[in-house]
Amino acid sequence: MNAVPLSWYLILSAVLFSLGVAGFLVRRNIITVFMSIELMLNAVNLSFVTFSYQFKQADGHIFTFFVMVVAAAEAAVGLAIILALVRTRRTLEVDEVNLLKF
Amino acid sequence: MLHLWLIPAFPLAGFLLNGLFGRRAPKLFVNLVGVGSVALSFLWVLNTLAALGPLETPHIERYFTWIQSGELRIGFDLVADRLSAVMMLVVTGVGLLIHVYSIGYMAHESGYYRFFAYLNLFMFFMLLLVMAGNFLLLFVGWEGVGLCSYLLIGFWFLKKSAADAGKKAFIVNRIGDFGFSLAIYLIVAHFGTLDFDPVFAAVRERPLETDAGLLTLVALLLLVGATGKSAQVPLYVWLPDAMEGPTPVSALIHAATMVTAGVYMTARCAPIYLQAPIALEAVAWVGAFTAFFAATIGLAQHDIKKVFAYSTISQLGYMFLGAGVGAFSAGIYHLVTHAFFKALLFLGAGSVIHALGGEQDLRRMGGLRKQAPVTFWTLLCAAVAIAGVPPFSGFHSKDAILLAAHHHSPALYWIGVVTAALTAFYVFRALFLAFFGDYRGDPHHHPHESPPVMTVPLMALAALSLAGGYFGVPAWLEPMFPVSEPAHDVALVVVSVIAGLAGIATAWWFYVARPGLADRVAAQLGGLYQLVYNKYFVDEIYGAAVVRPVVEGSEKLAWRTLDVSVIDGMVNGLGARAQSLGDVLRRIQSGNVRSYAAWVLFGAVLVVVAFGFWGGWQ
Amino acid sequence: MTLLNLCLALPVAGFLLILAIPKENHRAIRTAALAVSLLVFGLSLGLAVRFDTSLPAYQFVTNVPWIASPAIRYHVGIDGLSLWLVILSTLLTPVGVLVSWRYIDRRVKEFYALLILMESGLIGVFVALDLFLFYVFWEVSLIPMYFLIGVWGHERRIYAAVKFFLFTMAGSVLMLAAIIYLYTQAATFDYPAILSLVAEGRLRFSPLEETLLFLGFFLAFAIKVPLFPLHTWLPDAHVEAPTAGSVILASVMLKMGTYGLLRFSLPLFPSASREHAPWIAVLAIIGIIYGALVAMVQPNMKKLVAYSSVSHLGFVVLGIFSFTQLGLDGAVYQMLNHGISTGALFVLVGFLYERRHSLEIADYGGVATPAPNLAVVFMITTLASIGLPVLNNFVGEYLVLQGTAQVNFRWTVFAAIGIILSACYMLWLYQRAFFGAAPEPVRAHVHDLSPREWSAILPLVVLMVWMGTATQTFLPPIGAANARILEHTRQNVEFHVKQRPPGAASAEVARAR
Repeated sequence: MNAVPLSWYLILSAVLFSLGVAGFLVRRNIITVFMSIELMLNAVNLSFVTFSYQFKQADGHIFTFFVMVVAAAEAAVGLAIILALVRTRRTLEVDEVNLLKF
Repeated sequence: MLHLWLIPAFPLAGFLLNGLFGRRAPKLFVNLVGVGSVALSFLWVLNTLAALGPLETPHIERYFTWIQSGELRIGFDLVADRLSAVMMLVVTGVGLLIHVYSIGYMAHESGYYRFFAYLNLFMFFMLLLVMAGNFLLLFVGWEGVGLCSYLLIGFWFLKKSAADAGKKAFIVNRIGDFGFSLAIYLIVAHFGTLDFDPVFAAVRERPLETDAGLLTLVALLLLVGATGKSAQVPLYVWLPDAMEGPTPVSALIHAATMVTAGVYMTARCAPIYLQAPIALEAVAWVGAFTAFFAATIGLAQHDIKKVFAYSTISQLGYMFLGAGVGAFSAGIYHLVTHAFFKALLFLGAGSVIHALGGEQDLRRMGGLRKQAPVTFWTLLCAAVAIAGVPPFSGFHSKDAILLAAHHHSPALYWIGVVTAALTAFYVFRALFLAFFGDYRGDPHHHPHESPPVMTVPLMALAALSLAGGYFGVPAWLEPMFPVSEPAHDVALVVVSVIAGLAGIATAWWFYVARPGLADRVAAQLGGLYQLVYNKYFVDEIYGAAVVRPVVEGSEKLAWRTLDVSVIDGMVNGLGARAQSLGDVLRRIQSGNVRSYAAWVLFGAVLVVVAFGFWGGWQ
Repeated sequence: MTLLNLCLALPVAGFLLILAIPKENHRAIRTAALAVSLLVFGLSLGLAVRFDTSLPAYQFVTNVPWIASPAIRYHVGIDGLSLWLVILSTLLTPVGVLVSWRYIDRRVKEFYALLILMESGLIGVFVALDLFLFYVFWEVSLIPMYFLIGVWGHERRIYAAVKFFLFTMAGSVLMLAAIIYLYTQAATFDYPAILSLVAEGRLRFSPLEETLLFLGFFLAFAIKVPLFPLHTWLPDAHVEAPTAGSVILASVMLKMGTYGLLRFSLPLFPSASREHAPWIAVLAIIGIIYGALVAMVQPNMKKLVAYSSVSHLGFVVLGIFSFTQLGLDGAVYQMLNHGISTGALFVLVGFLYERRHSLEIADYGGVATPAPNLAVVFMITTLASIGLPVLNNFVGEYLVLQGTAQVNFRWTVFAAIGIILSACYMLWLYQRAFFGAAPEPVRAHVHDLSPREWSAILPLVVLMVWMGTATQTFLPPIGAANARILEHTRQNVEFHVKQRPPGAASAEVARAR
């Protein structure tokens, strides 16, 4: 079987993760930030699956499922928070949400 | 078992009864308990001594273990030997007379019950002191009498001077006790016990070469203790102030019994002193110097009680002189006769003060011979006794000391003779100023003789003062002390008697024959008189050299500078540093989520770089 | 369920009981607190009655697993050292309840709940035989005190409470580190087990290890004692604390430090203890003199008593580090004495404060006239505190100084100066507060002792006399425990009797050691 080399998957994963990080840091729209987080999670998922496939072990798959579940839960809670935020502050700008500042 | 414990137990019971119930009880109850307990104690002493007979060997009764730690056992042991027998008789006998006298003297004071409770407590501790079978129990009595002295000096605690005097007495005594306690620690560390007999036996048996330094140190430390309790230079300053207390207290505690505890202790520790000649020499010189020094101050005092207070210091110096030249029995002998005539002097002074409604200044007395004849004649008995006029009690004991002193060193003898002359002078000066001439006090006050309850003890003490020289105390004590009896030298006796008579004659010349001469002489002397009149400014020197530096140093240096500024400053500074560090660090906590994320990224990169450099876990 | 467990559990039950009472019902809360604390006291007396001095082991032992991994056990038991300290704690708690009867008028429920809870922690400290359990009790007793000072204190209470907490924490964290390190080496927290490992030489530390471990424990204990120069939290804590807080703090909590030194530092790290003894003794002596000097010039009564505690506790530390039977016995006796007499002093100062609402000595004067009984009791307590024979402190101070004299006479000389100074500051305080003519505010506000106040102070006064005269009631168990501690400090220890100054009794020292 002439498989795609391992490194390609990892590079893809790294690129996706970096995109996620960059998006998280640069974008101001909270939805976009949120999406960036999901992107990072999925980048990690990709490398989990890759390694799992490579080493012929199920652990990576299992973790992927964990991550997906957590991501789903997080999406639910996160979107709820965003909704609440939009209702109270009428904005999606992250920089304007700085009430936690000491 | 002869139940020696009953002797101190009676006064203790009296203290408890009067202390607990005296406030609400009638005066009769207080009197009965207060005086009765001492009377019982006195009778029990007589009974015990009669049962013990000649007391060739000490009679020791052990009751219970007071402290037991490791090898060291300190028991509640009472001992009756020839020395403590003499002391018991003096303490309970003179104490009983003074208790009786107090009924009259304190009759109109509030806190009457309190006075008798304290007096009884004093008797308890004093008896414990003289009957103790080991050093620590002696120390218990020692500190206990100091406490009672404190309480009784400050009896009129509303007066600041009285409270001050009490405190001063306690603290100065504490300085002496410091030395005494150090001696105790050394004794235990060295001999492993505090019981008198084993310690003294060990002192006698062990070779001098190895122990000489230690024994000298112990003896000198004991001397420090004795100078505190017995008001010797340099710790005598508390005794004149102690005259703030009621006069019976001055008679009992500050003349007859407590202040002689130092002499008793020195005599008790004679085996140690005899192995430490340097310390013994120090005792003699401290005594001689104190005797002379205090006598000079006594010359110029106007307060009748202060005159007698300095006289007490001076006479105690005599006793130390006696002990210091090795004549311990002569020292104790003088202790006994001094207890008689000095208690009488104070009680007589009390009677005078009572007659004058509280006046203590000799310049405002005079001519009381007629109004208070009993007081006059009894005081005269005491005066001839203390002046060393033969054949009265003071003559015998003083002579024994002076003879021994001459045998040891003529210089000490001559100091003693000069002191004897001074003593005769100031005592008769006080007597003449109070009883001769014209009444110089408040013309509206009419002096009166004291009631019999006061004069009867005076008469008893007068008899003792006159005849006390024939009690044969030295012969009784002889087996206890290895004395080298000096040859009886008539010339020396004549000299000292002449000195005493000269003192009396000078006082007569100054204050009766030529009134006013004394003031002119004082004016002539000028600075010297001022120096003596102001007691050589010793109190002021102590105040400036010791008390103020300690108090101000503690306040400014120890507390405000070291404690508050330095130590606490460092603690608070540490707190402040932590807070300011927090101030810096909290800027990171900006509340901006994306800056947090940036920090996370920065950290992650840092970790990766670190791994790259140092190669992970391995 | 041994008697000891009951003593530990009852205060917790009392704590829950008080929590269950409605908070308006002050009377019921106070009564419940008093009843519980008296009951615990009664039970603890049972410990003394059934204690067998001749047995060389811990008694009333309970040893059951608490946490499986790491192996932490609920291991408690007492010997002669802890016996009297437990009873001291149970005695002072009802006294604390009684003196707070009128003093505390807000948040009454919380106050008594914490007070009773603290009792459990205090007892626990003295009976725990598992190092981890000891640490837990150590902290448990700390927290209620923090609240007692911080909530019911005077004006600067927050500062004082935080200072108290941080000081103690700083020390106890180091102790925790040392305990954990010990666990990594010995694989157990069980104190007797570790001790036998050390004694049999199966657990050996390098000198550096031992020094660090010793210092870890020592710092925690020295702060608690408090040893000069770590003492500055004490005056603040005392001045700000309510009366009951001061009483418990002075009487019991300070003893946790000295108890720890005796129980843990000496037997576990004998070589390091001996090696460091000289400078610790010097610090103790500095504390004795310095505390007394600073006490002398305090205008505030509580601060005066607090600094006097620094001085008194110096004697305890000095006695402990003399490594003699006399010194150790004296140190333990002095712990109890200080608990009784300084506790009584704080009680009495609290009484004065309740009347005149001031702690400044200058606001008093002539109190003896309107309140003669109070004056008498204060006098007896003062005399006890300055070490007058027949009263308790004398015995302790004597034994400590006697023990020290067998090792180093110069230490004794300097420490004995503290006894002179104690008379200075206490008598001066007494004179300024009680003697002289009473000014108008004193005459108007100061009245004599009430029956409740009598009941709080009388047991302490009786004990002062009892402990001063009948020392054999208390000393034999203490002596037996100390003999075993000293035995431990000799095992597997390589040390040499140091060259001593000439003239001192070197032969005696060798024997005493």
